[in-house]
Amino acid sequence: MSNEAVLHTPSSYAVHDDHAHDHHHHETFITKYVFSQDHKMISKQFLITGMVWALIGGLLSVLFRLQLGYPDSKFPWLQDLLGKFWVEDGRITAQAYYALVTTHGTVLIFFVLTAGLSGTFANFLIPLQIGARDMASPFMNMLSYWFFFAASCVMFSSLFVETGPFSGGWTAYPPLSALGQASPGSKTGMDLWLISMALFVVSTLLGGLNYVATVLNMRTKGMSMTRLPLTIWALFFTAVLGILTFPVLFSGFILLIFDRNFGTSFYLSDLYVNGTVLPNEGGSAILYQHLFWFLAHPEVYIVMLPAMGMVSEILSINSRKPIFGYIAMVGSLFAITCLSLLVWAHHMFVTGLNPFLGSIFVLFTLLIAVPSAIKVFNWLTTLWRGNIRFTPAMMFAIGFVSLFISGGLTGIWLGNSALDIHLHDTYFNIAHFHLVMGVASFFGMFAGVYHWYPKMYGRQLNNTLAYIHFWVTMIGAYLIFWPMHYEGLAGMPRRYYDYSIWESFKQFAELNRFISTVVIIVFATQFLFLFNFFYSIFKGRKATNPNPWGANTLEWTTPIHPGHGNWPGEIPEVHRWAYDYGKDDREFIPQTEPVGANESHH
Amino acid sequence: MTTTTYLVIAVVALFFLVIFQISKAAEYVSVLKGEEQSRKQTNKVNAFLMLGFMILGLFGVWYCNHLLYHKTLLPLESASVQGERVDSMLWVTIMITGSVFIITQILLFWFAFRYQEKENRKVFFFPHSNKLEVLWTVVPAITLTILIIIGLRNWFYFTGDAPDNAMKIEITGRQFGWIFRYPGKDKTFGKKYYKLIDDADNSLGLIWKDNAAMNLKDDPATHDDIITESTVYVVKNKPVKLIIGSRDVIHDVGIAQFRLKMDAVPGIPTTMWFTPKFTTKEMQEKTGNPNFQYEISCDQMCGNGHYSMRGVIEVVTQEEYDMWMIKQKPKYFAAFPDKDPANKKDSTVTATAVTPK
Repeated sequence: MSNEAVLHTPSSYAVHDDHAHDHHHHETFITKYVFSQDHKMISKQFLITGMVWALIGGLLSVLFRLQLGYPDSKFPWLQDLLGKFWVEDGRITAQAYYALVTTHGTVLIFFVLTAGLSGTFANFLIPLQIGARDMASPFMNMLSYWFFFAASCVMFSSLFVETGPFSGGWTAYPPLSALGQASPGSKTGMDLWLISMALFVVSTLLGGLNYVATVLNMRTKGMSMTRLPLTIWALFFTAVLGILTFPVLFSGFILLIFDRNFGTSFYLSDLYVNGTVLPNEGGSAILYQHLFWFLAHPEVYIVMLPAMGMVSEILSINSRKPIFGYIAMVGSLFAITCLSLLVWAHHMFVTGLNPFLGSIFVLFTLLIAVPSAIKVFNWLTTLWRGNIRFTPAMMFAIGFVSLFISGGLTGIWLGNSALDIHLHDTYFNIAHFHLVMGVASFFGMFAGVYHWYPKMYGRQLNNTLAYIHFWVTMIGAYLIFWPMHYEGLAGMPRRYYDYSIWESFKQFAELNRFISTVVIIVFATQFLFLFNFFYSIFKGRKATNPNPWGANTLEWTTPIHPGHGNWPGEIPEVHRWAYDYGKDDREFIPQTEPVGANESHH
Repeated sequence: MTTTTYLVIAVVALFFLVIFQISKAAEYVSVLKGEEQSRKQTNKVNAFLMLGFMILGLFGVWYCNHLLYHKTLLPLESASVQGERVDSMLWVTIMITGSVFIITQILLFWFAFRYQEKENRKVFFFPHSNKLEVLWTVVPAITLTILIIIGLRNWFYFTGDAPDNAMKIEITGRQFGWIFRYPGKDKTFGKKYYKLIDDADNSLGLIWKDNAAMNLKDDPATHDDIITESTVYVVKNKPVKLIIGSRDVIHDVGIAQFRLKMDAVPGIPTTMWFTPKFTTKEMQEKTGNPNFQYEISCDQMCGNGHYSMRGVIEVVTQEEYDMWMIKQKPKYFAAFPDKDPANKKDSTVTATAVTPK
């Protein structure tokens, strides 16, 4: 028996020809793989584009960590590779450093953890888990991806302009972002950045409206809102948040475009830049920050909520136990959604904000810790007295909870303005948000990919590679970000190209080298995942069991290779919630099973 | 590229190849051996690793603290009166969040290990409990209330008015450095207008002569204002109020040893006040670092030179300060040497001097 034959011998489950479904309309390569209107294909497009961006964003961080970790070393080979703009005399230039930091932040937050995460899983899971044939508007859904693709192209092209990509931080505060004189990155690079972000906002809105419409209108018979899996609740709230806040960001960008190109003074006042007096008077640079953070704070929840939803689902399935406190989980998602709209100015405690106003924001910010605590304790209770299967998805879900606790607790420090006044914009902040929303959301995303891969591609991923990927990433994430808290407690500011002139901060040179080395190792490990992902699409073991994890939700009632329309026959009817695991001595009871006469009630 | 680079690439590629081969082989073995059995084995290994991760992780937390604690600001007391409050609040927060951290992480990994899949384990069907939900809603809410109360009391103290005897200094950020201004003998900052800024002799745009075109009148209060760059002198134990501004983009005045920071926003002045407790010399002794300086770091991304935007605060005694101040000359005299009494001993300089041509 050849190796391939070993892997692909059908087991006890008979392999049906799953391609059979009722409407056989002709599909060309273009309509099936490129301008597809099938939500499953669109989700894969989002996922793979997101992965490409994650790779680029990660690579950028490796480059700037080289500068931070090895400020005295020279990398002539990098110069050969990237050219003189980026690396001069073997050293990454200051301008390139800031461009790297800015692009890293922008693409990871927006392109990977927003589009790549909710774009992928909202598209994939909403129709499959609520029992719909597709999104409410498949055409708008397709447009949503292609706007994202256009945004990606514009952002990518900004890496190649002569004056460099935008380099003023992902927050793009004016006047720095408004004035080409203030920084070369604020010239053409910033124009491209704004165009790209504007396209991205359009993409998010098209997607978000679709997700909300689909969840509200297209649930199958019996699928009441209270029977929705938590993934759907989370993706629903994510979409609502996006719809409410992205337009505000957009308005902020419009004003910035006007200030940059049409001589208005929304954000500009009293400026003497680079030897020239500017005519602008009466604008407020702080106005932009309000508009920006009105999106950008909810944005961290746009990034977090889908991960929370998927983790809830995966923890429950693999503990073989219902999620603890379903209603409390939905309630806390709702509370987080509402509160997240009321906390934006906690990013602005040190801008000279009215202290009384600041105190209101302290109150709401720390209040968010309550629903977050509820979620953590409910996850812990879900594990308690379960029968845990450590599938790769489960490992990442547990890792998510651990990272969410570690990063979430430091939010209590930073949300308290009197501590923020000390720790604001230091490495403490970097450690906080990377753990809680960066790495944790990535873990949610990995968990989702490992869990739903058999549904996406009808094949299985290699488990050994997955476990290596998990353990190295988990250990690496803590090794990278945990020590950064200490740098922050020394007051070390973020976004510094070089610390050697600072008497107060130069004691961390050795630590920075250590962190950079770990970054390189963790980045390299992600190739195991990438390889596993792409290799398994073509060569992975064929999935033989339509419900490999023994899950209750509807997506596992579809054929292994669902066609466009998801179910070959009637859409199944739902009779119960999604979490009947371990009930009445039965391992799991799918949602499609009617409630029996003798079944115990909870 | 050098040969070493190629060698490194080759080794890394080989390493990856080995991992792929092993992983692939593991898959074959599991299929041949029986998937269910090998899955259960892997499950045990991972459950054990979870426990191992927790134990090593907690040790790592201790070890990291051991290595890095002395490099932070925490072992030394705060160098400002306000910073003491930041520190005490920081410790309360560390105690609370630290214990939550340890308890929840131990529970998480312990549950993962303890409740790993076992042949005959019957899971506990436990979908909800109102008692527990109320417990972990109310306890965090109460704890957070305590933190909010402590925090807001400090916050209003920090952002409240500076004492009347506070020394006032204006600090202005520019790409990439700091300009300081003392009000001089009249204790009043003269008016300024940004359109008068000229790096040659009027870096802040002080209105010290009539300007018909802009409809500005000479402000005599500017004539004794003292301007310095990069280093500012303040007095130990005397409150200092900074009036913060910026000429170009947003900067931030961060003074780590004082545990405070505040943005410098063009067009919108902000303030921050503090009371330094130790002179620079005393800090040099306390830290054992003869090069110690109170550094002002720019903490808001302001352009490509952001990382080099350094200012120095010299904290000195009152006598040293007076000695230093006596040697400072108002910037007005540098711009108009003929008004300087040192140059023109016979003429008296008055505030109503005619506008120099």
